[in-house]
Amino acid sequence: MTPEHPDAPAGETTALALKILVAGGFGVGKTTLVGAVSEIRPLRTEEMLSEAGRTVDDTDGVDHKVTTTVAMDFGRITIRSGLSLYLFGTPGQDRFWFLWDELAQGALGAVVLADTRRLEDCFPAVDYFEHRKIPFVVAVNCFAGARRHDTGSVCRALDLDPGTPVVLCDARERVSGKEVLIQLVEYAGRMHTARLLDSVG
Amino acid sequence: MTDDTTGAPREPGGQWYDQEAGPLVRPYAVTGGRTAPGPTGVRFDLIALVTLDPAAPADDDPALGPEHRTLIDLCRPETQSVAELAAGADLPVGVVRVLLGDLLERGRVTVSRPVPPAQLPDERVLREVIAGLRAL
Repeated sequence: MTPEHPDAPAGETTALALKILVAGGFGVGKTTLVGAVSEIRPLRTEEMLSEAGRTVDDTDGVDHKVTTTVAMDFGRITIRSGLSLYLFGTPGQDRFWFLWDELAQGALGAVVLADTRRLEDCFPAVDYFEHRKIPFVVAVNCFAGARRHDTGSVCRALDLDPGTPVVLCDARERVSGKEVLIQLVEYAGRMHTARLLDSVG
Repeated sequence: MTDDTTGAPREPGGQWYDQEAGPLVRPYAVTGGRTAPGPTGVRFDLIALVTLDPAAPADDDPALGPEHRTLIDLCRPETQSVAELAAGADLPVGVVRVLLGDLLERGRVTVSRPVPPAQLPDERVLREVIAGLRAL
């Protein structure tokens, strides 16, 4: 018996934490965005993650396990006492791809940061979240010197599912980052409601 | 033999190198080589919240190492997430998970499991989050 309370109602006394992932290509501004909205200086944590069950033949009984250490930056926003939002910058390198499953588990949603000068960098993140039906918004980080694109053309270039929000942002600005998160939470709420309706309909 | 004139008792083998020498103890050495939490078998999420158990015995448990104590100290002012504890104690998350398993078994802490994705927050909570973000 563990002293956990998984079935406790989300009442005022139960502390609740929500997880939002910030994904995108290397150097697109993930840590910058986390830092802009976080109330704490972004912290760095090292996760030792294992790649288990990736073998094609699992009947040999051999546990092929590979562990990798990966650094993640994260920040926190306290909504009120007992309700906080944690933001995790996902590892940008493709070779850490398989780690995402652990990070994504239980996530409320994700922000895919995009740079229009190298939009293809965020394709894998878009694919990942679409396949796992994790709500995400695409936030185009408007770097100085980058040509401005309208959100419609970004949406077409990424071949996004209809309804996926695309927002322009400046990852350095708190107000801008805040707006991205609001869009995400609203969208996650809409997805959630739609799924509930599907399940009863 | 008694060159140490500071009078402070020194652990054998301790304090020989300064910080620049880097970590001298392999991460999982502080867990006695264990890479997974004990028999409770819980895998703590990065955002699982750790609270000191108010009912925990106040006396010092000799089975707890300095890293266990560091985690307890970090939780003292307020509830901490697993990720925050790892950053605060400067230990890999995997190591913190094992140590937390020990503390959980010994009744020193309680760990809240995050809401499963399927039951992700009811509308009221999401509305609260949006209002909270707007107020930032």
